Amino acid sequence: MNLDWTALGQVTAVSIGVTVAVVVVFALGVLGLARYEGARYEGARYEGAKEAGAGDAGGTSALSLAQAGLCFLACAAVVAYGIYLIVPQFH
Amino acid sequence: MGRMDHITFLVAVVIVTALAFDFTNGFHDTANAMATSIATGALKPKVAVVISGVLNIVGAFLSTEVARTISGGIVDDALVSPGMIFAGLVGAILWNLLTWLVGLPSSSSHALFGGLIGAVWVGAGSDGVHFDKVVEKILVPAVASPLVAGVAALLATYLAYKITARSRRKSVEKGFRFGQIASASLVSLAHGTNDAQKTMGVITLTLISAGAVGHDVGPPVWVIASAGLAIGLGTYLGGWRIIRTMGKGLTEIESPQGFAAEAASTTVILTSAHLGFALSTTQVCSGGILGAGLGRRLAEVRWGVAGRMVAAWLITLPAAALVGGVSASVVKHGGDFGTAVVALVGAAVAAGIVLVSRRNPVSAHNVNDTHEVTIRTEPPARVGTAA
Repeated sequence: MNLDWTALGQVTAVSIGVTVAVVVVFALGVLGLARYEGARYEGARYEGAKEAGAGDAGGTSALSLAQAGLCFLACAAVVAYGIYLIVPQFH
Repeated sequence: MGRMDHITFLVAVVIVTALAFDFTNGFHDTANAMATSIATGALKPKVAVVISGVLNIVGAFLSTEVARTISGGIVDDALVSPGMIFAGLVGAILWNLLTWLVGLPSSSSHALFGGLIGAVWVGAGSDGVHFDKVVEKILVPAVASPLVAGVAALLATYLAYKITARSRRKSVEKGFRFGQIASASLVSLAHGTNDAQKTMGVITLTLISAGAVGHDVGPPVWVIASAGLAIGLGTYLGGWRIIRTMGKGLTEIESPQGFAAEAASTTVILTSAHLGFALSTTQVCSGGILGAGLGRRLAEVRWGVAGRMVAAWLITLPAAALVGGVSASVVKHGGDFGTAVVALVGAAVAAGIVLVSRRNPVSAHNVNDTHEVTIRTEPPARVGTAA
């Protein structure tokens, strides 16, 4: 019996690395989304008269939305790679 | 050619039994992919099992590389007869049903391997079992994979809460719930490609040994279709008792934890498959859920439930081996009559377990109501819930 410790180590390192990376990126996306929704909520409360996108709040909220979009896109790419790994016809 | 009739009867019995095992496999393992999504409300229970069932069927059709060996070298495939496969499957099915009754997530693969080991040991002697392979292919992954998934989920959960600590709770819950749908679907798809294949491999090799199909051809379409349908149907019916334990029993799961647990499980399953490790989806997912529980708050994990679950993991292989061995000895000495007796007794025990479960049913409607699975009608003493 010979155990392949290298492969075991690889599985461990890759699994922990990828999991943490995906969840952190997704959490940053959620953070952006929460900020965007928070800004919109505040905006709706105080700035009924102002045009959308005006002032500081508008800038922050656009930035937050972009952050969320980018992060979710990155996660979607990882999911796509996961499907690629699962489906044997792709390799 | 009088032997042909004998083989045909046995082959038919093996195929039906293999499909029955495949059904319990899906039924037992719905929880792996969907328990945390159901617990956090990311998916409605019925919707979750439909998605999971469909993806299991899709997964079954996607895999082209059907298992070439029954056991991956754990037993000597050359010595395995259809009668031993039948006996092994009976052991695996009964153990799957028994653990479902008490709501414990245990490995369907270990049940299958255990059943086969017992059957081959009795049928062909202990030389037929490769014990070094048992350590290498079963014991080591069984210890390592839940640990790895647990540590990954723990770190990920901790960071997810750290990052989103000062954000609106509602947005955070919603965002992670959305992510859970994707991560749970990936687990289901991976499950379909792995576990449905095992049954296809068992049926195909039985057909080959009976001379019904040639050595180098893949499984006939009807084998792929029936194996996919059996596992998909089992998944759709849902082992709600196990879903309750995994979603509510081990720890109270929130959506960031569910996402972290599923992300960890998917990653471990995919990296291991890529590097050729066989592992139990059930154990990986349970490890991930425990890690996610620890990552938020240490005391949240119900160690009593976790302990019983680990105990079930330890007994799964020997228990299935015992039933497999006894069945194999009846089949060996009793021939067709013995096979029929084992099939009837097995069916009777299975029906009995289902009847007992009716006393305290768990379904899509009450799966999230409590965290305990009981088999008595009166409210039970609080066993194993203390931290």
